[in-house]
Amino acid sequence: MLVVRSAETYYGNIQALKGVSLHVNEGEIVALIGANGAGKTTTLRTISGMLAPRRGEIAFGGRSIVGLPPEAIVRAGISQVPEGRRLFTTLSVRDNLLLGAYHLSWREKRARVRGDLERICSLFPVLRERADQVSGTLSGGEQQMLAIGRALMSRPRLLLLDEPSLGLAPRAARTIFDAIPRFRGQGLTVLLVEQNARAALQIADRAYVLETGRAVMEGSAQELLSQREVQRAYLGRGYRQVWEDE
Amino acid sequence: MNLPDAAQLLQYLISGLTLGSVYAMIALGFTLIHNATGIVNFAQGEFVAFGALIAISCSTTLGLPMPLAVLIAVAGVALLGAALERAAIRPARRASVITLIIITIGASIFLRGIAMWVWGSDALPMRYFSGDEPIGIGGASILPQHLWIVGIVLVTMAALWVLGEKTQVGKAMRACAVDRDAAQLVGIPASRMVMLSFALSGMLGGLAGAIVCPLAMGQWDMGITLGLKGFAAAILGGMGNPVGAVLGGVLLGILESLGAGFWSGLKNAIAFAVMLIVLLARPSGLLGARGRQ
Repeated sequence: MLVVRSAETYYGNIQALKGVSLHVNEGEIVALIGANGAGKTTTLRTISGMLAPRRGEIAFGGRSIVGLPPEAIVRAGISQVPEGRRLFTTLSVRDNLLLGAYHLSWREKRARVRGDLERICSLFPVLRERADQVSGTLSGGEQQMLAIGRALMSRPRLLLLDEPSLGLAPRAARTIFDAIPRFRGQGLTVLLVEQNARAALQIADRAYVLETGRAVMEGSAQELLSQREVQRAYLGRGYRQVWEDE
Repeated sequence: MNLPDAAQLLQYLISGLTLGSVYAMIALGFTLIHNATGIVNFAQGEFVAFGALIAISCSTTLGLPMPLAVLIAVAGVALLGAALERAAIRPARRASVITLIIITIGASIFLRGIAMWVWGSDALPMRYFSGDEPIGIGGASILPQHLWIVGIVLVTMAALWVLGEKTQVGKAMRACAVDRDAAQLVGIPASRMVMLSFALSGMLGGLAGAIVCPLAMGQWDMGITLGLKGFAAAILGGMGNPVGAVLGGVLLGILESLGAGFWSGLKNAIAFAVMLIVLLARPSGLLGARGRQ
């Protein structure tokens, strides 16, 4: 469904992606894990058109999407939930959701928006309760639910999730991680970037490990969970054992 | 220095309110573009001048009916705003904010040159929208034009409020002002929103010029003073806050009018004194900046 081939992205003269290749099949949940600065967010922003790769190919559903503006990529069916949620904080919860459907034509909106709102509010009931509240006043977990809901309003086929658990209380993070596998039932494919590698691998089918702008490892989530290198570098197991031994 | 009586005071308040509502419209133009792009558009005053001059040409030279003349002026300056964005701002959109601001200063000089070339350097008169019989109220006299100005400004503000609160396009513009990246990620074409904000600013500036020129006359360089007054009003209210822009405009108009009443000759100094004091004492203005974190 999504194929990224040797993507190289720069910030000015600094090369952030040094040839990332990955693919996501229809219906999969794929996780990107790696340390800070490994290029996870850059990879997502390159796919969503916020950054243009200097070299490499990105194809979605067999069509190249390199060079398209972000709104065209949303229309093609890819929606990104940005890191830090990035809500329209002065607008109400409902307005945030409705803006997620901004690119739909007037006719499509009339046919779909009501049902889509209903569907998202049954996924995250708290959004229904707070529909008229200004979104900047929501708690962190509620904001993340709204950010995901807003992205779902555009009816994506592929959802890019950037650090959905960042800064959330453990229980709120749990709610978000529980919701992600349920998207699959609605025909959604997910590419997930997450610092919390263990939580990500527990819900993912496959994963890539990114290191300094390259995908250095790929495998099923099960394989990576049990691999010693991954455990030591990203799951914190080695450190914890050393610390516990002292 | 002479102390005015009650009737004079009322007179100053009325002319202050009229002038202030014009400043408020100009300040709103600054606010819209500032929220969409983060820049200060120093060609805003030229939008006002072009609105006035186009309206004068249409009504005086071409003899068109007044509503049509105003409509053409507003539409013309809206197009001018959109063209400015397309031709000068968009090609440089990756440049720094300072660079973009300098581009708008260049654009304002260029537009002023065009205005002098087309309309000459004389001040051009325009007739009142309706009648020149002053209406007496409590010893003060109001021209029908004063009522036109305040009424049109009120209607425009109500329309802007509806746009921002009730329409998807208006909400999308506000979304861009809050977080441009996030707006693009939900499929809002941010560059089109920027162009729209320039067109709307052009409309506001053009309308301000067209309604004020029967009182103030139209001249190629009128945008310098009016633009700076509008800028001072926006700073006073808090750059980026539409309610603040209106408040700042009205306050500045009344301050100016009262100040000039107490001490004529002070009028133009007041706007700049206010601007300097606000910048030094409270740079975020009376209402601060809304919609940004």
